[in-house]
Amino acid sequence: MRKFIAVAAFALSTFAGTSAFAAINVVTSTEDLAAIVKEIGGDKVTVESLARGYQDPHFVEAKPSFILKLNKADLLVAVGRELEIGWLPPLITQSRNPKIQPGSAGYLDASQSAKILDIPTGQITRAMGDVHPQGNPHYWLDPDNARRIAQQVQNKLSEMSRGDAAYFAQRFADFDRRLAEATKRWKASMAPYKGVKVVTYHRSWPNFADAFGIEVIGYVEPKPGIPPSPAHTLDLEQEMKRQNVKIVLVEPYFDLKTPNAIGRDTGAKVLVMPPSVGGVKEIKDYFQLFDYDINLLVNAIKETGAR
Amino acid sequence: MIVNRRSIGGATACAAMAFSSWLSTSAFAQAPSAGAATPPPQQSTDPQQIRQELDRLRQEFEAIRDSYGARLAALEAKLGASTPPPAPVPALPEAAPPAAAVPSPAQAATQAPGQPGQAPGVEVPSGAAGAGGPQGSLPVYGNASALSKIFNPDMAVIGNFLGAVGENEIESAPALELHEAELSLQAIVDPYARADFFLAASPEGLEIEEGFLTFTGLPGGLLMKVGKMKEQFGKVNTMHAHTLPWVDQPLVMKNLLGGEEGMNDSGLSVSKLVMNPFLFLEATGEVYQGNSGGVFQSHERNDVSWLGRLRGYRDITESTNVDVGFSFTRGHNEIGPDTTTRLYGVDATVRWRPLRRAIYRRLMGRTELIWSRKELGEGDANAFGMYVSGDYQFARRWFAGLRFDRSERANDSSLVDQGPSVLLTYWPSEFSQIRGQYRRTKYAEGVTSNEALFQFLFSIGAHGAHVF
Repeated sequence: MRKFIAVAAFALSTFAGTSAFAAINVVTSTEDLAAIVKEIGGDKVTVESLARGYQDPHFVEAKPSFILKLNKADLLVAVGRELEIGWLPPLITQSRNPKIQPGSAGYLDASQSAKILDIPTGQITRAMGDVHPQGNPHYWLDPDNARRIAQQVQNKLSEMSRGDAAYFAQRFADFDRRLAEATKRWKASMAPYKGVKVVTYHRSWPNFADAFGIEVIGYVEPKPGIPPSPAHTLDLEQEMKRQNVKIVLVEPYFDLKTPNAIGRDTGAKVLVMPPSVGGVKEIKDYFQLFDYDINLLVNAIKETGAR
Repeated sequence: MIVNRRSIGGATACAAMAFSSWLSTSAFAQAPSAGAATPPPQQSTDPQQIRQELDRLRQEFEAIRDSYGARLAALEAKLGASTPPPAPVPALPEAAPPAAAVPSPAQAATQAPGQPGQAPGVEVPSGAAGAGGPQGSLPVYGNASALSKIFNPDMAVIGNFLGAVGENEIESAPALELHEAELSLQAIVDPYARADFFLAASPEGLEIEEGFLTFTGLPGGLLMKVGKMKEQFGKVNTMHAHTLPWVDQPLVMKNLLGGEEGMNDSGLSVSKLVMNPFLFLEATGEVYQGNSGGVFQSHERNDVSWLGRLRGYRDITESTNVDVGFSFTRGHNEIGPDTTTRLYGVDATVRWRPLRRAIYRRLMGRTELIWSRKELGEGDANAFGMYVSGDYQFARRWFAGLRFDRSERANDSSLVDQGPSVLLTYWPSEFSQIRGQYRRTKYAEGVTSNEALFQFLFSIGAHGAHVF
C-alpha cells in the first residue's frame, strides 16, 4: 500500500511537473507552417510537420504514423483551401483527438486571414483539371501572408496558454520586424527585373509572383494536376519563343523530362525552385526559403538575360 | 485510387424541404393576417368591427406563432452554432404581398430569395414579443437556393463498368455490365461525430453497402463506429471495389469470406491505439448482428458475431513501411443454430513510395492468409486460402500488377481453386481509371478458364479520402 501511494505521488508530481512546463504540442501539415509556428512559439511549443518540404503537399500518404502524431497534438495547423483534402481528413478522424477536430479550439486553418488568389468565379467543373474551388492554396509564398499566418498563430497560442501571451506577442513583433526588413531586401533584389516573364510547372507561384513582380505566362501542366501533353508543350514553347521567356520554374517533386525538353527547344533555363521550407537541405526556416529562391532566380535572370 | 477533392458543401436536402414547406405554409397561413392588418383603422367606417377583426387576427397569429416558434427554435439550433447568421431575407407574411397567393411550395421557396433587396429583415410583430415569442429581427431561412446547400453532405457517385472476354463455366460474368454505381454521402454530424453512407446500386438492386456513425471525440483514445459497415477483417474485406488494385476479388474472398460484398453487417466497432514507443498499434473489437454475406447466419437474437483485430504499422524509412494485421472472427453459420464458423487471418503489406517522386513511383506488396474452421454438424471443415500480390507504378498514370490466388472451399477443403492474374491500369486523372486484367483460373471441378477482364471506374462529386 505504501508503495502504491509512493508511486501515485510520484506519478502525480511528474504529471503536475510536466503540465506546468509542458510546451504546446503543435502539428502542422507542412514545413512552412511549422517554421512560422516556431517563430512565434519559440521554446513554449514543440512543432512537427507531417509533410516534408520536398514532397508534393497535394499527395501525401495518410500513414498511420501520422495518426500517432495527431493523437498527441494540442494544436493542428493546416494550410486549408483544400490543399490537404486528399489525406488530412481521414487522419484527423482516426486521431481520436477531440481537441484537433475541425471546428474545435485546437484546429487552425491558416488561410483564414491570408490573401488568397485564383478564387474561381462562375461554374467550375473537373474539366478544368484539379481546380481548388476555394482559391490557390500556395498562399504562404507571399511574405505578407506569412505575417497574417503568424498573427493567427500568435492569437491561437495566446488563447491556449494565456500566461505566455506576452512572450508570443513579443516574438510576433520580432518576427514582424525581421520579416519587414527581409521583404525589403528581397524586393530590392528583384526590383531591377520587375515584370520578368517565367513559366512554372504547376500553379504554385501566383502569390510569389505578385509579391516580387514576376509575370507567369504559362504552365507546363496543361491544366492543374494534369500531366504535360505534347500538344500543350508545343503551344507553350511557341508562346515562350514569342515572348522570349527564358526561365522555367519546377517544383522539386515534378519530373524534369518535359521541362528539360522545353529548355532545350527554347533555350530557357530550368530552375528547380523549392516552394517550401525543407524543399532543399539548406532551407531551414521561412527566411531561408526566400533567400534561396530569390538568389536562385536572380542568378538565373542575370545568366539568361531574361526580361 | 480515385481520390476526393471536396466540393463546396451545402445544407441537407431534408432541411431544404423543411424550409420550403415552412415558407409555403406560413405564406398561406399568414397572408390573410397581413392583408387585413395593414388597412389603417381611421379609413374604416366601423371601429368596432375593425377591433373585432383585429382580435380575431391576433388569435390567429398567436396560434401560428406558437406552431412555428418550436420549429424556428429547432432550425436556429441547427444553424446557429456553426454558421454566420443567415443572410436576411424577407420573412413571408409582411414582405410578400398578400395577394400573391402562393401556388406551390416550390414556388414559395424560390420567390422569397428573389426579393432580398426589398426588406433586409423582418421585425417580429409587436404582439409576439410580449407574448413570449421571438424578439427583434426574425432570422430568415428563405434563401433555399444557396443556404440549403451549406449543410449538404459531400456527395459522389462512382461508376464501375466491367467487361469480360473468354470462357468461364464456373462463375460466368456478363460480357458488358455497369456492375455497380456507388453513391457516397459523407458529412460531419455534430461536434462529436461524422457519418458516412455508401449505397450501392447494381443489377441485383439497391443495397446499403455501409452506413455508419463515427464518434471522433470519445474519451480514452477510443474510436467508435456504429451502423452497417465492412467488418475489419484483414485488408480486402474493408475496401470498396474502387479502391482495389484489381478488377475482380481474390478467390479466397469468394471461397471463405462470403463473396464480392465480403463481410458487412450491422454492428458496433470500438478501436483503440495501444501506445508504445516502437510502432503504431491499433486494437479493434467489433460485434455484429451475425448475418454477413455467406459466412455467418444468425438463428436467434443472441447469435451475434464477434471480431477482433490487431494491426501494427511502422515506418522503416520515410519511403518504406510495413503494415501487419491479425484478425479473428466467430459467428453462427447457415448449417444450424448450434454450428459456428471461425475465421483467422494474417495480412502483411510492404509499401515503398519515395517522397520526392511520390506521384510517379510506388510499389506495394501484399499478402493475406485466411484459415476457416466451419462446423458442419458432423465434423468440421478446415479450409485455407491466400493471395499474394504486387503493384508497381511506373509512370504518373500507369500501374502494373500481379496476383496469385489459391483457396480451398469453406465446406470442403479438398476442393481447391487457384490461378494467376496480370494487370495493367491507366489513370486519365485522379477521377477515372481504365484497367485490364488477364486471369487464368484452375477450378476444383477440373475446369481451367482464361479470361480478359476490363474495367472503367469513374467518379463524380466529392468522395472523401480513404484510410491508408
